Amino acid sequence: MPAVSKGDGMRGLAVFISDIRNCKSKEAEIKRINKELANIRSKFKGDKALDGYSKKKYVCKLLFIFLLGHDIDFGHMEAVNLLSSNKYTEKQIGYLFISVLVNSNSELIRLINNAIKNDLSSRNPTFMCLALHCIANVGSREMAEAFASEIPRILVAGDTMDSVKQSAALCLLRLYKTSPDLVLMGEWTSRVVHLLNDQHMGVVTAAISLITCLSQKNPDEFKTCVSLAVSRLSRIVSSASTDLQDYTYYFVPAPWLSCKLLRLLQCYPPPEDGAVKGRLVECLETILNKAQEPPKSKKVQHSNAKNAILFEAISLIIHYDSEPNLLVRACNQLGQFLQHRETNLRYLALESMCTLASSEFSHEAVKTHIETVINALKTERDVSVRQRAADLLYAMCDRSNAKQIVAEMLSYLETADYSIREEMVLKVAILAEKYAVDYSWYVDTILNLIRIAGDYVSEEVWYRVIQIVINRDDVQGYAAKTVFEVLELVVGRWFGSVLLGRPLVQFNLLHSKFHLCSVPTRALLLSAYIKFINLFPETKATIQEVLRCDSQIRNSDVELQQRAVEYLKLSSIASTDVLATVLEEMPPFPERESSILAKLKKKKGPGAVSVTELDDSKREAGELNGGADRGPDTASTPSPSADLLGIRSAAPVGAAQTNAGSLLVDVFSDSGPAAPSAAVNDDGFLRFVCKNNGVLFENQLLQIGIKSEYRQNLGRMYLFYGNKTSVQFASFSTTVSCPGELQLNVQSKPVEPLVEGGAQIQQVLNIECITDFCDAPLLNIKFRYGGALQNLTLKLPVTINKFFQPTEMSSSDFFQRWKQLSQPQQEAQKIFKANHSMDTEVLKAKLLGLGTALLDNIDPNPENYVCAGVIQTKGQQIGCLLRLEPNAQAQMYRLTLRCSKDTVSKRLCELLAQQF
Amino acid sequence: MRFMLLFSRQGKLRLQKWYTATAERDKKKMVRELMQIVLARKPKMCSFLEWRDLKIVYKRYASLYFCCAIEEQDNELITLEVIHRFVELLDKYFGSVCELDIIFNFEKAYFILDEFLMGGEIQDTSKKSVLKAIEQADLLQEEDESPRSVLEEMGLA
Repeated sequence: MPAVSKGDGMRGLAVFISDIRNCKSKEAEIKRINKELANIRSKFKGDKALDGYSKKKYVCKLLFIFLLGHDIDFGHMEAVNLLSSNKYTEKQIGYLFISVLVNSNSELIRLINNAIKNDLSSRNPTFMCLALHCIANVGSREMAEAFASEIPRILVAGDTMDSVKQSAALCLLRLYKTSPDLVLMGEWTSRVVHLLNDQHMGVVTAAISLITCLSQKNPDEFKTCVSLAVSRLSRIVSSASTDLQDYTYYFVPAPWLSCKLLRLLQCYPPPEDGAVKGRLVECLETILNKAQEPPKSKKVQHSNAKNAILFEAISLIIHYDSEPNLLVRACNQLGQFLQHRETNLRYLALESMCTLASSEFSHEAVKTHIETVINALKTERDVSVRQRAADLLYAMCDRSNAKQIVAEMLSYLETADYSIREEMVLKVAILAEKYAVDYSWYVDTILNLIRIAGDYVSEEVWYRVIQIVINRDDVQGYAAKTVFEVLELVVGRWFGSVLLGRPLVQFNLLHSKFHLCSVPTRALLLSAYIKFINLFPETKATIQEVLRCDSQIRNSDVELQQRAVEYLKLSSIASTDVLATVLEEMPPFPERESSILAKLKKKKGPGAVSVTELDDSKREAGELNGGADRGPDTASTPSPSADLLGIRSAAPVGAAQTNAGSLLVDVFSDSGPAAPSAAVNDDGFLRFVCKNNGVLFENQLLQIGIKSEYRQNLGRMYLFYGNKTSVQFASFSTTVSCPGELQLNVQSKPVEPLVEGGAQIQQVLNIECITDFCDAPLLNIKFRYGGALQNLTLKLPVTINKFFQPTEMSSSDFFQRWKQLSQPQQEAQKIFKANHSMDTEVLKAKLLGLGTALLDNIDPNPENYVCAGVIQTKGQQIGCLLRLEPNAQAQMYRLTLRCSKDTVSKRLCELLAQQF
Repeated sequence: MRFMLLFSRQGKLRLQKWYTATAERDKKKMVRELMQIVLARKPKMCSFLEWRDLKIVYKRYASLYFCCAIEEQDNELITLEVIHRFVELLDKYFGSVCELDIIFNFEKAYFILDEFLMGGEIQDTSKKSVLKAIEQADLLQEEDESPRSVLEEMGLA
C-alpha cells in the first residue's frame, strides 16, 4: 500500500483494495468480492443504524467493485442518504456514486433531485458545485426538467462565486446538449455573452464552451460575441508570456482559452465591422509570427500549446477562405511541419493541408509539397500518417499532376495495409476517371488497379468502368484489345465491336479458356459467342457445335443451360435480320454521377475522406483477446509505481517506497498462464444476412474474407484468412462446430498450419442444411503470433434464408397462400425503427439479397414490399411469405412473416428486423 | 470530449469518465476495443487516430495510458495538453503520482478530474484554482473526522 495520502481516512477501503490486488486468480477475486458484498448487504440491512462514516465507506467499496467491472444492484438508497449529510466528504462520495451508477428508478431520481435542490439553494459554494457536477455528470432529461430553468439564474446572478459560475456554465451546456428544448436562454442571452468580458479567466474559459455551443444553434442571437471574442483574443495574443500568471502554460499565454476563442469565431463569417476585422487579422498574423519565433522552452508542452493555437488559427483562416495572404502563409508554415521530427505534427500538417488544398487561393501552394507528401506515403512508419498522406494526395490532385499521383497511389497499393485498401481503390478509380485526358491511360490504370487489388475493387467500380467504356466509342477498341491480350477478364458487351479479321482463330483462343472461367463469366462468354455468329457468319457452325454439346445444353447450372438452349435456337431459327436486331449494340448509358464518387461522398463532403467511414463496419468487427498478453515488448513496461511524469525518476528510497516493492507486481492482471479467453464475436454476422461476400472479420493481425454460394439445401463457403502482419502465424488451425448438430452439416478440410506474413490462405466449407435452424455454426481459430496464443471464435454467417429459392406468383396466389398460413404461430411480426437508409433501391437490394423473390403489384399500397420464397432443407420445403411496410415519416417499419413452419417465421423475423 | 480512459500497459482500466450517456454494455465493448488498438501501437507512432466517428488522443505516462475521445472539430494538440495538465494535477496532489495512488485513491482521482473537466469541457486551466478546490475539501474532511481505532476501521469492533 502506498503512503496514505492527504485527508484520507478510509482504512477499510484500502485494506479491501489491497486484498483484491493480492488475489491470485479471477476466481479468488470474485470470491473476495462476493464476501464483501454479503458483508455490505448485511450492514445495510442490519437493525443498527449505520453512522455516516460507515455508510460512506461501504458505498465507496461498492463503487470500487462496480468500477472493477462487476454489477452492483444495491446501495443506491444509502448513497442517496449520503447526499443529505452535512459532512462534505460524505456528500461527495454520495454524489460520486450517483454520478457513476445512476439508476433510472423514478423514485430514486425524485430523492436525488430533492437533495440537489437543497444543495443548490444552500448558498454554500462547495455544496452548490457538488450539486452542479452531479447534474452535469448525469445529464438526464429528468434532471434537465428539474433544473434547466434554475441554472441560468445562478450563472448570471451578481453574487455568485466564480467557482460556482464556472460549474453552472458547463452544467448548463451539458443540459443544453441533452435537452435543448428545455434550456431557454431568451432573457439571459446578453448577460451570458458578456461573461466573455469577465475578470476571472476561469469563468471565461468555462463560459466560452457554453457560448460556442449556443452560437452554433442560434447564431443571430449570439452574434455580439464576435467583437467581444476578438478583443479578448487580441488581449491574450499581445500579452507577454508572464502576464497571465497561472493561466500561462509553459510560456504560452492561455492556450486553452485562445483555442476556444478561435473556435467560437469559426461559428461566424468574417466580421463585417472593418475595425473588428482589422484587429482579428492582426491577431492571426501575430499567431503565425509567434509560431516562427524560436521556442521559449524545449518542453514538448510548450510547442504543443503554441501549435495548438496555430492549427486553430489556420482552421479559422480556412473557414474564412477570403484572405489569400494568410492562406498562403498558413500553407508555408504547415509545409515546414511536413518534415518535422514530431510524428504528431506531421500528421496534423497533412490533415490541415487537405482542407487548404480545396481553397482556390492555396491550392497551388499546397501542390508545391507534392514530393514531400509522396515521400511520406512511402516512408512513414505509422499507417495513420500514411493514410493522411494519401488523403492529401487525393485532395491536391488536378489535371497537372494526376498521372504522377495516380501512379504513386497504385504503387503504394501493392503494399498498402488491408485496412485502407478499399478506400485507396475508390480514390484511384475516381482520380483516373476525373482527370483522364486519354482513355487508354484510364483503361490501363483501371486494369492495373484490378490486377493489384482485385479483391478490393467493389462492384461500384466495375459498373462504372463498364459504363464509361460503353459510352466512349474510342475507348472500346483499346479496352477490348488490352483485355483480350491478357484474357484476364471478359466483358461480353463490348466484345462485338472489336474483333476484326480471323474470327475463328479468336473464337478458338477465347473458347480454349472457357472451362477455366467461373459461371458468370461463362454466361457472358456464351453471349459473346452469339454475337460472333451475328458478326461473322463463318463461325456459326463451330459455335453451334459448342452450344450443342452436353456440357452446355445440359449444364447443371440453369443459367448456362438456358443461355445455351436459347442461343442455339436463336442462331438456327432466326433470320440474319432478326439476329442483327436482337444483337444490336446496347445504347449508351445516360451520363450520371459516378456511383463510386457517391460512395466516397456518402458520409463526408468531397475532398477529405477518412478511412473511418469506409471501414467502420470492418473495424467494429475487430476485437481479439482484449488487452492481455501483449507479446515481447511488455518487458519494457515500467512498474505501476513508476513516476508518471518521469521527471523524478530517482525516487526517494523511503520506507513507503520499499514497502511498495512487494506490491509492484500488478495482481490485477491475469494471474497464471490462463490462455486468453475467446468470446464469440458476432459483430460481422448480421452484415451477411442479405449478402454472401465480404470481410467477416478484421483486427490488427488477421483479416477473414468470405465468399459463399448456395443452391437448394447445399452451400459452399470459401474462407480467406489473410495474415496482415509481417510475421508468420504458427500452429494455425480452425474448427467449425454446429450448435445444432442435427440441423446443419458442415465439412471442412484442415488448413496449412503456417501462414506466412502477408500471405492469404483459403479454406472451403461444404454446408448441408438438414432441417431448419436458428444457431449459426461457430468458427474457432487458433494460432501463435510472436509466441502469444491467439484464440478467436466467430459466428459464421450461415442463416436459414441462405437456403431460399425465390418463388414468383400472382397477386391472387399470394393472397390465397397468405390466408392459408393463418394459424397465429405461423405469423411473426415486428415493428421497429429504421437503422439504415429507407431508400427504395437499397431496400430492394436487401430483399433480393435475402434470397426471396420480390413481387411487384401485389400489395395495394405501392410503398410496401412483398416477397415469397421456399426454404429448402434436406427433409422438407418451407414456404415463406413476407411483407415489409415502411413508414418514412416515422422512420419505422412493420415486418410480417408467414411461413409454413412457425420456428422459421420467428427466426426470419429476428434476423430481418436488424437489417433495415 | 466524449470520454476519458486511464488504463495500464496490461490492459487494466484504472479510471473511466463518460461525458455522454452510454449503456454499460457499449462502454465495455468500446473500452476493450480501444485498449486493444492503443496498446498495439508502437512508441514513435503519432498520438492521434481516427476511430468510429471520433478522434482518439492518447499519451502514455510510465505504466499508464491516458486516452481521450474527442469530436471531429476538436483540437488534438490542446487535448494532449489537457491530459498533461491532468497528470500534473494528480502529481501535485499525490506528490509524484504513480499508478498505485490512482488505484488506492480512485475516488480522489475522480474528484480531481471533476474539478478540472466538467461535461467534457475544461472548467479551469489554472493548476492553483483546481487544487485549491480539492484541498479545501480535504481540510473539511480532516475537520470532521475524529481518529478511529484500527479494529473499528476494519469493521471488527
